[in-house]
Amino acid sequence: MSNTKIRRLTIARAMAEAIQQEMQSDPRVFVMGEDIGALGGVFGNTRGLLEEFGRERIRDTPISETAFIGAGVGAAQDGMRPVVELMFVDFFGVCFDAIYNNMAKNNYFSGGNVKVPMVLMTSTGGGYSDAGQHSQCLYATFAHLPGMKVVSPSNAYDAKGMMIAAIRDDSPVVFMYHKGLQGMGWLGTEAAATVDTPEQPYQVELGKAKIVREGSDVTIVGLAMGVHNALKAADKLAEEGVNAEVVDLRSLVPLDRETVISSVKKTGRLIVVDEDYQSYGVSGEVITSVVEHDYSLLRSGPKRVAYPDVPIPFARHMEQFCLPNADKIVAAFHAM
Amino acid sequence: MTKTQRNRFQKGQNTMLISRETKLWMYKTMLLSRRFEETIEQIYLEGKTPAFNMANGPIPGEMHLSNGQEPVAVGVCAHLNAEDIVTATHRPHHQAIAKGVDLKRMTAEIFGKQTGLSGGRGGHMHIFDTNVNFGCSGIIAQGMGPACGAALSRKMQNKPGVAVSFIGEGAVNQGAFHESLNLAALWCLPVVFVVEDNAWGISVSKQDSTAVARNDVRAAAYDMPGHFVENNDPLVIYKVAGDAIDRARSGGGPSLIEIETFRLAGHFMGDAEAYRPDGEKAFLESKDPIPAFRKILLAEGTTDVALDHLKDQVEEQVSAAIAFARESAYAPAEDALTQVFAQGEYHE
Ligand SMILES: Cc1ncc(C[n+]2csc(CCOP(=O)(O)OP(=O)(O)O)c2C)c(N)n1
Ligand SMILES: [Mg+2]
Repeated sequence: MSNTKIRRLTIARAMAEAIQQEMQSDPRVFVMGEDIGALGGVFGNTRGLLEEFGRERIRDTPISETAFIGAGVGAAQDGMRPVVELMFVDFFGVCFDAIYNNMAKNNYFSGGNVKVPMVLMTSTGGGYSDAGQHSQCLYATFAHLPGMKVVSPSNAYDAKGMMIAAIRDDSPVVFMYHKGLQGMGWLGTEAAATVDTPEQPYQVELGKAKIVREGSDVTIVGLAMGVHNALKAADKLAEEGVNAEVVDLRSLVPLDRETVISSVKKTGRLIVVDEDYQSYGVSGEVITSVVEHDYSLLRSGPKRVAYPDVPIPFARHMEQFCLPNADKIVAAFHAM
Repeated sequence: MTKTQRNRFQKGQNTMLISRETKLWMYKTMLLSRRFEETIEQIYLEGKTPAFNMANGPIPGEMHLSNGQEPVAVGVCAHLNAEDIVTATHRPHHQAIAKGVDLKRMTAEIFGKQTGLSGGRGGHMHIFDTNVNFGCSGIIAQGMGPACGAALSRKMQNKPGVAVSFIGEGAVNQGAFHESLNLAALWCLPVVFVVEDNAWGISVSKQDSTAVARNDVRAAAYDMPGHFVENNDPLVIYKVAGDAIDRARSGGGPSLIEIETFRLAGHFMGDAEAYRPDGEKAFLESKDPIPAFRKILLAEGTTDVALDHLKDQVEEQVSAAIAFARESAYAPAEDALTQVFAQGEYHE
């Protein structure tokens, strides 16, 4: 047995530890972003790094996302391994060209001669009344565009292993962390995201979903906060004698369609939970993967519990009305 | 605190003649903004103790206070009419109040109520009041393009009005800043860009984010006048803004003004402000522009009684706005699914 210490970590601390360990072992790794230095990241995921590595490798940037994400691309192409933070995913609008026309395409345009080993980490999610420019998930917006891996962990163990895997990956990885899972009390955190996490560095393979609860009656698929809602719904369904299986996608690109399909083979029913906008999104993609493979796997029409196609409102009761939750998932099951 | 930081606020400047009426309006409006925010600050903390969770209380979400920055809002907006356009930022209260946004409905919006300016959909970072042509964006520098467009529209329609785009000093490093300045100059638009330099963009200081010490120099790159106002002085701001706005109104084109100001609070409520150098907070509090302006007015012969009377009026306005917001109902939750498109509908 290894002598690895296990601690309960928040996702914020797990991300910071993953970056710290990769920076210790690989001098090419460095971090850029807004308020990631002295502040340690608005969402705590770079805390302590400035103190250990100094301003050369932990770079607070101007509010110039186009420039510093573009700089991440250039540095990655030239042999560095930048971890770049876009503070809220909602801000992608001011810098998307650097992301989807450069970061995501240069590998292809160069015929594989130029690699872009960078991590773009960015916060997602609402539920705390930050309104429609600071609460979106936008998973599908990124996953739709070829050339970048897109991942989003639901707990600290996965967050650490996936961050290490992302930094070591030779392809660009968009690492989307949900604010409500960060373990920051001021955002009202989901306690179940804070889990046992080994101190030793380890990787969680990108592109692999995980069955986080086994069951035989219905498959509930989600990612990030959606997994916690699905698990709560599964508890409620269990009280009715319904045995739900919960799949944590963990990665959207690559998407582990096989795990979803084999689960549905077993259960015959599929519900997809998604905090991103419903139309043209994750739920449609997951359902299509199953139906295209073999539509006879489904014993009833699939259901989705996703964010309606409206900008996210500020008022708490309106936002809560729109967000997916366990009761909506249970209701979706009953409607099958 | 370093010497340069201290120097930021030590020089005074002389002022032109400004009518007593205008000065009293400026004082009263600064006070209104301050008392409004002090009250909002208290209510914001309701339901957030002992554990601070942004999602709780009658005012959830982020809260960016502007106290300390009132001189910018009044010095600029004193020259504006309802028809003029203002685009503001994530820190909009002082500008909204100085522009004459409906205080009751703005307060109700901050509470997320049905009577709010947007029925609770926007909240504190998305204040829109069409009666006075006021709007906001929480995305840095994204008010600048729309300000250019509003100015263009007035020009094309041959209608009066200028646009003022307020931004923080952190916004000058966005592409939108440079693109908007160039566009405004190229098309000679009636727009004035006002940079509120409070020295910080969240935890990152101006000197750590910006290659030039003063952003007025950047105006030269777009062949427009650039001005820098030191010391958060409402009367100097009034004069400099007046010149720039007159110029825009009379077809002379855009200007860029950077105003040295400061925020007395954290970036948002809940900010521990550990990044501030020791002593900065206390030093800034000693430079509070509102008591300083009161002293000027007293020295010029306005009586304590008259100023206290203004204060009473302000207290009444704030209480009325808060009472209106508290007593208003929430919209039905399903209203979240309305107003996505122009006919009030949404499409699944
Ligand atoms: C494009 C974009 N990037 C980052 C942010 C996050 N953010 C919100 S306020 C802020 C600091 C802004 O500083 P400044 O412009 O000086 O305004 P101040 O907060 O000082 O009023 C940042 C980085 C944002 N809202 N939009
Ligand atoms: Mg600032």
